[in-house]
Amino acid sequence: MDETRIQDRSGAGEPSIAELGERPPTHERAIKGGVHTKRIHDSGVKHVSGAARYVDDEPELPGTLQIYIAMSEKAHARIVSLDVSKVRDVPGVACVLTANDIPGQNDYSPVFGDDPIFPQTSGPEALVQYVGQPIFAVAAETIDLARRAAKLAIVEYEELPAAITIEQALAAAGEAGHDLLDPHEMRIGDVDAALEGAPHRVLGRVAVGGQDHFYLEGQIAYSIPLEDGDVLVRSSTQHPSEVQHNVAKMLGVPDHAVTVEVRRMGGGFGGKESQPALFAAVTALAAVKTGRPVKCRLDRDDDMEMTGKRHEVTINYAVGFSGNGRIAAGDFSHLVRCGYSRDLSAAIADRAMFHADNAYSLPAARILSRRLKTHTVSNTAFRGFGGPQGMVGIERVMDRIAFETGIDPLDVRKVNLYPSFDSDRAPGVTPYHMPVTDSIIAELVEELEVTSGYRARREAIRQFNAQSPVLKKGLALTPVKFGISFTTSHLNQAGALVHVYKDGSVHLNHGGTEMGQGLFVKVAQVVAEEFQIDIEKVKITATTTAKVPNTSATAASSGSDLNGMAAQAAARTIKNRLIDYACGRYHVPEEQVVFAANRVLIGNEEKRFADLVGEAYLARISLSSTGFYATPDIHYDRESASGQPFYYFAYGAACSEVVIDMLTGEYKLLRADILHDCGTSLNPAIDRGQIEGGFIQGMGWLTMEELWWDDKGRLKTHAPSTYKIPTANDRPDDLRIAIWEKGENRSDTIYRSKAVGEPPFMLAISVFSALTDAVIAAGDGKAFPDLDAPATPERVLKAVEGVRG
Amino acid sequence: MSDQSAQPIRFLLNGEARSVSGQPATTTLLRYLRETERLTGTKEGCAEGDCGACTVLISENDGNGGLKRRPVNACIQFLPAMNGRAIETVEKLGSHRGADGADALREAMVEGHASQCGFCTPGFVVQLFSAWDGGKLTDRQAVKDQISGNLCRCTGYGPIIDAGETLAKLPKPDTLGEDLALAKRLGDIQNGAIFRYEAESSGGPQLWFAPENVDDLADIYGAHPDATLVAGATDVGLWVTKQHRDLSVLIDISKVRDLQMIEERLGVLYFGAGVTHTEALETLADIHPDLGEMMRRFAGAQIRNAGTVGGNIANGSPIGDLPPCLIALGARLYLRKGEDMRVLDLERFFVEYGKQDRAPGEFVVALEVPRLEDDQRYFAHKISKRFDSDISAVMAAFRLTFDGELVSEARLAFGGMAGVPKRASHAEAVLCGRPFDAVAVRDAQAALAEDFRPLTDMRASSEYRLKAAQNLLERFRLELTAERPARIAGFETGEARGTA
Ligand SMILES: Cc1cc2nc3c(=O)[nH]c(=O)nc-3n(C[C@H](O)[C@H](O)[C@H](O)COP(=O)(O)OP(=O)(O)OC[C@H]3O[C@@H](n4cnc5c(N)ncnc54)[C@H](O)[C@@H]3O)c2cc1C
Ligand code: FES
Ligand code: FES
Repeated sequence: MDETRIQDRSGAGEPSIAELGERPPTHERAIKGGVHTKRIHDSGVKHVSGAARYVDDEPELPGTLQIYIAMSEKAHARIVSLDVSKVRDVPGVACVLTANDIPGQNDYSPVFGDDPIFPQTSGPEALVQYVGQPIFAVAAETIDLARRAAKLAIVEYEELPAAITIEQALAAAGEAGHDLLDPHEMRIGDVDAALEGAPHRVLGRVAVGGQDHFYLEGQIAYSIPLEDGDVLVRSSTQHPSEVQHNVAKMLGVPDHAVTVEVRRMGGGFGGKESQPALFAAVTALAAVKTGRPVKCRLDRDDDMEMTGKRHEVTINYAVGFSGNGRIAAGDFSHLVRCGYSRDLSAAIADRAMFHADNAYSLPAARILSRRLKTHTVSNTAFRGFGGPQGMVGIERVMDRIAFETGIDPLDVRKVNLYPSFDSDRAPGVTPYHMPVTDSIIAELVEELEVTSGYRARREAIRQFNAQSPVLKKGLALTPVKFGISFTTSHLNQAGALVHVYKDGSVHLNHGGTEMGQGLFVKVAQVVAEEFQIDIEKVKITATTTAKVPNTSATAASSGSDLNGMAAQAAARTIKNRLIDYACGRYHVPEEQVVFAANRVLIGNEEKRFADLVGEAYLARISLSSTGFYATPDIHYDRESASGQPFYYFAYGAACSEVVIDMLTGEYKLLRADILHDCGTSLNPAIDRGQIEGGFIQGMGWLTMEELWWDDKGRLKTHAPSTYKIPTANDRPDDLRIAIWEKGENRSDTIYRSKAVGEPPFMLAISVFSALTDAVIAAGDGKAFPDLDAPATPERVLKAVEGVRG
Repeated sequence: MSDQSAQPIRFLLNGEARSVSGQPATTTLLRYLRETERLTGTKEGCAEGDCGACTVLISENDGNGGLKRRPVNACIQFLPAMNGRAIETVEKLGSHRGADGADALREAMVEGHASQCGFCTPGFVVQLFSAWDGGKLTDRQAVKDQISGNLCRCTGYGPIIDAGETLAKLPKPDTLGEDLALAKRLGDIQNGAIFRYEAESSGGPQLWFAPENVDDLADIYGAHPDATLVAGATDVGLWVTKQHRDLSVLIDISKVRDLQMIEERLGVLYFGAGVTHTEALETLADIHPDLGEMMRRFAGAQIRNAGTVGGNIANGSPIGDLPPCLIALGARLYLRKGEDMRVLDLERFFVEYGKQDRAPGEFVVALEVPRLEDDQRYFAHKISKRFDSDISAVMAAFRLTFDGELVSEARLAFGGMAGVPKRASHAEAVLCGRPFDAVAVRDAQAALAEDFRPLTDMRASSEYRLKAAQNLLERFRLELTAERPARIAGFETGEARGTA
């Protein structure tokens, strides 16, 4: 239909502008795949047929080498000697890489320069700091050969004292006189006075475990050496620019010598933000050394031992409140288990603090965060980026206040919520001094309370528990308020590149990466909407540092907010050029050039979009543009711990019902009702997917997913046989998810939508609170349980025994 | 050993004939598909049978001229085991034999937004299609049970379950003609009564035998007593993919028909060692619903389709689920070496951690499992962090025989409590000769602490294992009373579900 009409071949004759547009445009009412529609995932058809290609699915070039990375067996040790000579001698081994082979900087860290690719082989930096830390790498003809050869290395360690747990880390920090990162404190009001003056006061503690990302596709990188010593890296990463920079830094070459490309990831969840640089660097180094293509695809166990996880956090709280449950002051201290290096821990621990208030307005608050070093893998970004851990603290406080006052936990929550943006009350102010001017949480909670039948079910559960001696049910409705923006303000920028070809088809590229979250289809919807063309006309292309430079990680839920805006800007630039052209050519004022579905109305005329594009090409109009976006109005001053770190907040709430077995500690989530605010959703189907997926993943974190290290610092849950993420039967059949119909972003985001990648994860705190509620029932309401997360059957049983005395 | 010459591995791949040699005998099917055939739709998510991303559909002759079809994990199947079998991968699923449910499923998945990152998706497509093709997608619960061996980290499963339900409602087309034709084609590529494959691996030369009858097996194993027997490979596969062990002589017993029967004689059931968990499930459920429920939660469908009853015993694991369940039932084990057959009480097979009463060259032939008598009560309960497809922290199985109100015999068997599956002799003694009441339970609970000093590991602490084991005795008592508290795992329906 829309075949190219313009031939460039000489001799075909000069086409004239007048010849175009001889076919009348069609008259659809709306384009296919515009914004606010339930468009399917752009790769859906390829996913189900196995045709979607991930890094390991691309055909390997001839001569490709495979990498095996040898790992430390000790949690903390000096490397006395490392002898890899026997490894080198194995036929089929192309090279062995140690720290001595690195021409540039031996570091793959995102910020602080403390993640060595390999430890030095001698001297003070010949140190390993966690079991699983890479020591050297072998590149060989096959992975079996590489692995086999690596066993021939002789590593001599001198063991040093290791801190594995938070308690040990505290002790070690005391001895050292400093933490891994400086503590940070946020403070509003006079906390001590308010605590002192409050009618009631309680102290408590809750420990929240870490979490492995368990992206189904493990870490992988494939490096292809190019001329001039350049490298092309295919990486499964959320952060191509950082991978590029780290590879260049390691090779000692400018960033322009390294190109990083990623079409899609088999899941990321934050685990492919700072971690992939290691594997990219190792393959790039081997590629440059050998002149051959090199792949490193981690085995699942190696992946789980070698790469960072969600931060484990212990939260101590003191809270003062009045008889109606209203909080007067909250004092929180976070003990954050960072692992051996800083990685992104500063920003993650900060975000835990930014969410210590969750959706509650605290008249006085103090949040102190200590970032502790352990000799375990360096913890890293994971969906929510510390926010979930911070929120668990205050939700535990709500349950505790309810227990102490005898008021229903929902009512305690309700009296403490931030006032609505349209209420008569002054906006609440966060502990970092940001007024919350867009709160809708009270109305949303109210609505969910009704639609979930909370009150009636509370009563039904009371009755059930009264006559059930072994099984007890619990119920909880918890809110979520999640701040959107990178709290490191300069990261809130994005670029896009749009080409319109002369047949009217569009090539779309931007700095965001696709990990399953549906970013690509959302941004394509934006571009389709802007040009008013069917989405099939928009080609989605792999993210590459060669097209859009200096990008931020696809993280912080910001993907569509940032890249959608940047792509819209690029499309709008081209569109404006088309309008200018049409005005000049057809002598109509600007407002008479209107883009309708797949056509353009120019005065009284109508043209197919492709024909106008063809004309513009002949008239030598540029049909390519970049687009750029930087989030306005955000800043945060760390010195004073105050500012406006977020552009807006996303809200949601969930109500969960569980049943526990007092004899075994086993439990089950029976029903969950979710109401979530997506603003005016760009794609309700994709957003719903994020809500359900995030909720179940969050439930896994707080219930069955347990990271277990032995006293030697060895992670014993390093594969799906021992690390259990939810399966289909863990999802309650009765799961009712609704997107809040009144949702509209009060900030000027892309089509007034809201970010949705992370916020729903925290809806799962309702499951943890419901379990707490059930354990309280198991003790006949006499004691408040000491239940930590993950609430495995073992922990639930222990908590039950605790409340039964 | 009639046939001494080495043969190529012959199989059908998406309908096309293959004849392969030169691949190490321990090459996994997954690696072969991805690297040699470049069929990259089949993914690796774990290489240990736990995620389902590598699921493929295998067909073989059922021995009666028909076809037996089952989805399995390609990541832990060895390539030579495919000899005489047909493999379908996500790329061509069903299409070459006119089974058109695959497209309907694909459409339901796409339109229902059942894929996000898409990495798990091919595995779900193959697993759901295969389950439907095999008549196992009866309802929503069956859909969930069938995909409990498939992990998805993105979707939360809802849309996948919905798509499965859509498929479940679709009538299965009659493919009998195609099935028979395929069975005949497979018959034509059989390599004779003993398949023999030789290969070179990075660990040295390898030899693979696959006999079809038990006498040949006895001969071959007698001649190679150091050989590794491979049944479903759900353990042995991991020795290669996870422990990177070199195996030089392997005997594939999955083709030995004599080991695949389930028979009943005079109220006693006999399970051949080669019976898969899937095949055993219904009969076990028929002994007692708790066994059906345990088997529903035992691994995922793909593992149950490959793993065998014999393998679950012979591996000697202290945390295998069948041993305690069967020990409580008073099962006996049949072992054969050369011409000699012996039988022993199942619990005697487990000597100590890592040591079983099995001589070199001796193999498990069958299990003898008595049904329950009218005066017997049975209880089996699996405790794990996750209900489905998780190794037990504690597996408890009890059988009490009553003489009126009084317990005349007690068999309390546990997995996860010691270095071997073990009976609680002190607690058993305490229970005998008295009513099974709260006082008796309390006494037995105290005695359990003498029977077991369980270990602490990543699955559970010593204290929890003991406490849970003690509490399960109380649960058993309560379940025999009118109160009958429901089990959590099957809570929605309020009762155990016995079929999958
Ligand atoms: C993902 C996953 C989940 C699992 N979940 C469970 C679970 O929930 N509960 C549980 O109990 N187990 C579980 N297992 C363990 C495993 O599936 C079972 O133990 C299975 O029954 C082993 O049988 P197989 O036929 O696959 O054995 P194979 O791997 O073929 O063999 C296992 C061992 O037994 C030997 N052997 C096999 N057959 C014989 C025979 N006839 N005579 C003598 N020796 C023999 C082999 O030489 C080998 O040493 C799981 C495994 C996986 C990979
Ligand atoms: S790759 Fe995970 S089950 Fe095979
Ligand atoms: S869609 Fe990503 S793991 Fe299932």
